[in-house]
Amino acid sequence: MIILYINIILLCLLVVTAIAINQQSNLFATTMLTGIFSLLSASLFVCLDAVDVAFTEAAVGAGIALILFLGTLSLIKYKEQIRNKVSIPGLLVVVITGSLLIYGLRDIPAFGKPENPVQIYLADKYIVESEKEIGIPNLVTSVLVSYRGYDTLGEVTVIFTAGIGVLMLLGRSRDNYKGIVSKEKP
Amino acid sequence: MEHHLVLSIVARILIPLIMLFALYVQFHGDYGPGGGFQAGVIFASSFILYGIIYGIENLRDVVHPSFIRSLAALGVLIYISVGIVTILNGGEFLNYNFLSEHPVTGQHIGIIFIELGVGMTVASTMIILFYAFARP
Repeated sequence: MIILYINIILLCLLVVTAIAINQQSNLFATTMLTGIFSLLSASLFVCLDAVDVAFTEAAVGAGIALILFLGTLSLIKYKEQIRNKVSIPGLLVVVITGSLLIYGLRDIPAFGKPENPVQIYLADKYIVESEKEIGIPNLVTSVLVSYRGYDTLGEVTVIFTAGIGVLMLLGRSRDNYKGIVSKEKP
Repeated sequence: MEHHLVLSIVARILIPLIMLFALYVQFHGDYGPGGGFQAGVIFASSFILYGIIYGIENLRDVVHPSFIRSLAALGVLIYISVGIVTILNGGEFLNYNFLSEHPVTGQHIGIIFIELGVGMTVASTMIILFYAFARP
């Protein structure tokens, strides 16, 4: 029962943070609020007993992403440019997408029911047989690395490709920073 | 950042602890929460902390950008090599049962190497991103 109240409080705080991010025009404050948002989501994942996901969210969302945002902020202005004009097509797209999403919510199975599709397909096999087949206690690791090793290869390749993409777009000029400065200002 | 005495001393104490924790998360991923992804991010954060406190130029002297780039590629290479070794041993791609005589031991070896590859790629990519975004 207490978990339910904690969940309600955390979800309310998430909504409050999201509204605050939307209202804020100072980008530094927005960045910090994004970090708080990630930390709140990590706490929610802990309440759902998904500690591995919570760990990742806390490390990536509240840690590294925040640092990268701050690094970007040091390259641009801190103040967001306010446009007061309301874009009618944008508003229409948002309203239509939002109502479609709420309509789609009706088909989602109830939270945590044992007969949900996610619980009856393969989950039993993993829970019962992974200890025997893989021999390690952490079910998440055995699913992530062994049963779904091919997917994880894809994820690692995506991260690697993202790194290469950033290097191609931003890396070269900054990497030779010393050289460029010494050439331009002898 | 020469004037931030407190920050530099706290960082000097914290950086080894963060690295140790990252290694713990890396190799304890079989038993507790964590694994290559989280460990890589935590390991990279120790370098990023060093870069923030002591300056990017000093961080460049510690880990050279070209070294960290090859490390990112090496992580993916380790991952794919494990898959190729399993093919050479007569199994499917990434079927770790074929890494050893005993299937469960093979799974253990496979998971350790895969997590190592993941951790290396994630940590080096995070440091690459930091190098690209941080203002010297």
